[in-house]
Amino acid sequence: MSARAGTLTHWAITLLVPVFNLVAALVVSGLVVLVIGENPLEVVQLLVWGAFGYGEGVGYTLFYTTNFIFSGLAFAVAYHAGLFNIGAEGQAYLGGLGVALACLYLDFLPLPLLIPAAIAASALFGAAWAFVPGWLQAHRGSHIVITTIMFNFIAASVMVYLLVNVMAPPGSMQPESATFAETARMPFIHEMLGGLGIELSRSPLNMSFLWALACCVLVWLLIWHTPLGYALRTVGTSPQAAVYAGMSPKRLTVIAMLISGALAGGMALNEIMGSQHRLILEFTSGYGFVGIAVALMGRSHPVGICLAALLFGALYQGGAELAFEKPKITRDMVIVIQGLIIFFAGAMEHLFRPQLEALLTRKAASPVTVEEGQPSG
Amino acid sequence: MGEFGIILQVLDSAIRLAVPLLFACLAGLYSERSGIFDIGLEGKMLGAAFAAGATAAVTESAWIGLLAAIAVSVALALLHGFACITHRGNQIVSGLAINILAAGLTALLGATWFHQGGQTPQLVDTARFRELVLPFADWASALPAVGRVYAELVSGHNVLVYLAFLAVPLTWWVLYRTRFGLRLRAVGENPAAVDTAGISVTWLRYRAVICCGLLCGFAGAYLSLAQSAGFIRDMTAGKGFIALAALIFAKWRPVQALGACFLFGLLDAMAIRLQGVPVPVIGIVPVQFMQAVPYVLTVILLAGFVGRAVPPKAGGVPYVKEGR
Repeated sequence: MSARAGTLTHWAITLLVPVFNLVAALVVSGLVVLVIGENPLEVVQLLVWGAFGYGEGVGYTLFYTTNFIFSGLAFAVAYHAGLFNIGAEGQAYLGGLGVALACLYLDFLPLPLLIPAAIAASALFGAAWAFVPGWLQAHRGSHIVITTIMFNFIAASVMVYLLVNVMAPPGSMQPESATFAETARMPFIHEMLGGLGIELSRSPLNMSFLWALACCVLVWLLIWHTPLGYALRTVGTSPQAAVYAGMSPKRLTVIAMLISGALAGGMALNEIMGSQHRLILEFTSGYGFVGIAVALMGRSHPVGICLAALLFGALYQGGAELAFEKPKITRDMVIVIQGLIIFFAGAMEHLFRPQLEALLTRKAASPVTVEEGQPSG
Repeated sequence: MGEFGIILQVLDSAIRLAVPLLFACLAGLYSERSGIFDIGLEGKMLGAAFAAGATAAVTESAWIGLLAAIAVSVALALLHGFACITHRGNQIVSGLAINILAAGLTALLGATWFHQGGQTPQLVDTARFRELVLPFADWASALPAVGRVYAELVSGHNVLVYLAFLAVPLTWWVLYRTRFGLRLRAVGENPAAVDTAGISVTWLRYRAVICCGLLCGFAGAYLSLAQSAGFIRDMTAGKGFIALAALIFAKWRPVQALGACFLFGLLDAMAIRLQGVPVPVIGIVPVQFMQAVPYVLTVILLAGFVGRAVPPKAGGVPYVKEGR
């Protein structure tokens, strides 16, 4: 990457490319809305109002944002090490088991001790589920994409079995665990601020949000300000160079997957301890996959991830509001928009790049080539 | 009904469950052998199933439904090709996007067009692929063993089932006995060599993804026009990924793909059959266990503990002419 003439151009392209891709995805989404027979502008208005127009809406938006920050960070850390972890879904699912076990069996602990325990449990279980694909990739060369897909399905089977046969309280036909004690729940933000005299509308937004933001800072420090982060990025860019520098790609692969899985587990913290207060089936409902879009749009940087997560959070909450106002447009519209964003921002990311580069470098003396290391996958 | 009858029944339902896997698995085979990874089999199947269900509901013709399924599936395959071949995008991300897009669009359009919560209307019998009785089946059913196998297992399936089994030798022949097949295999291993020989890598790979879309169309149509009487939300339920697992299990070879798909179909059939029934020695096998077996087997195989599954060498890497 040439840092000489092109730092400014490089930054402009880094910022503009995702914006262009997003606009393209939204334009196509607008066409879908037209096909259904609604007015796209009205839909946008409803979406934005639903997501940001009133207190409760904002609360929900930030609640969903929390999930997407965790899944985005999870994908990004592995991506920096050149790994394509699409198993955040399964890792978060297992993380939920850890959170539930902590909240059910450690509920004698005071909350300030229980919360770190639950965080640790979510990270531990998520990391454990990511360990096997990571180890297999490192030591047996099994393709991480395929193994993580398989592990998502295995996780689904394991969790259905556990919820139906083991975790469900005796006599209950519901495939869910017992409800956590009042004292074993993540405090809601509106409750906490209410205690300080600040009135907020009720929403499932809880303290996991703060932990998600803390994780952003931690990931930023890890990736760009520690030797480990440097090693991870080196392996991601060039495994050969890493070996030459005396690093062990095998060890780093496993470490990257452990961190990634631990971050994915954070989603369970938000959903299970923060909102559902019991372990339920399929609580991850695709958030893990959205994380891939979040990370790709956010260029795998915590700041970008926060912004992209907010976008998807708003889309989720706005979509719910939209489905309520316009029965013709079901919540599936959000899934369509998601798919289009992943397509344009992820798979077609080079669509506008050559034109943009040509436009921005026309005046520059030397041509600038911006190429990013892309993991094979 | 004797034990023989039960075995025949389980095998019969194994065949029925294996057919969509087989179509999708062979579809993936064309794409991946040419060097284009495809985790979007699921999405293409789902889109095809919806197109088939919706079209057959309106036209009351199964064949027009099948054509619509193929059209939609090929269109999605071309989208994948456009992103991965022309724009050299990431094949995994593109496949994932197609899965999500198909899940959202089918549910959204289904709900808007038919007002049944994302389903398409129940199809009348003439709008479906119905069971065919092969010649002499009635006569053979009175005979012991072989006769009953013929009558109950071989006969009595719809036309798509027979097409699926025909697609196996056909794919084998295309892959190993035609010029197109030779080039297809070559472009998945060493695209630069194919390019040097003056053959267009791009056009070859596009033809491969079109084959993939075609077969996924059959798989989807089978789900909504043969197995069920209409489209149901998310009716593929992970079958595209089981087909992907079967493809790896078969080490990207057509005849072995038949074996892998039949094995996974059999597991599925047994899971349904054994629900709550104790097995001698083992006791009751949880359904979830049986459902997880294909995935676990695939992971074990990928890990190289039993044999070794080596994907096409150039798989997942966009081809850059004159590339480094």
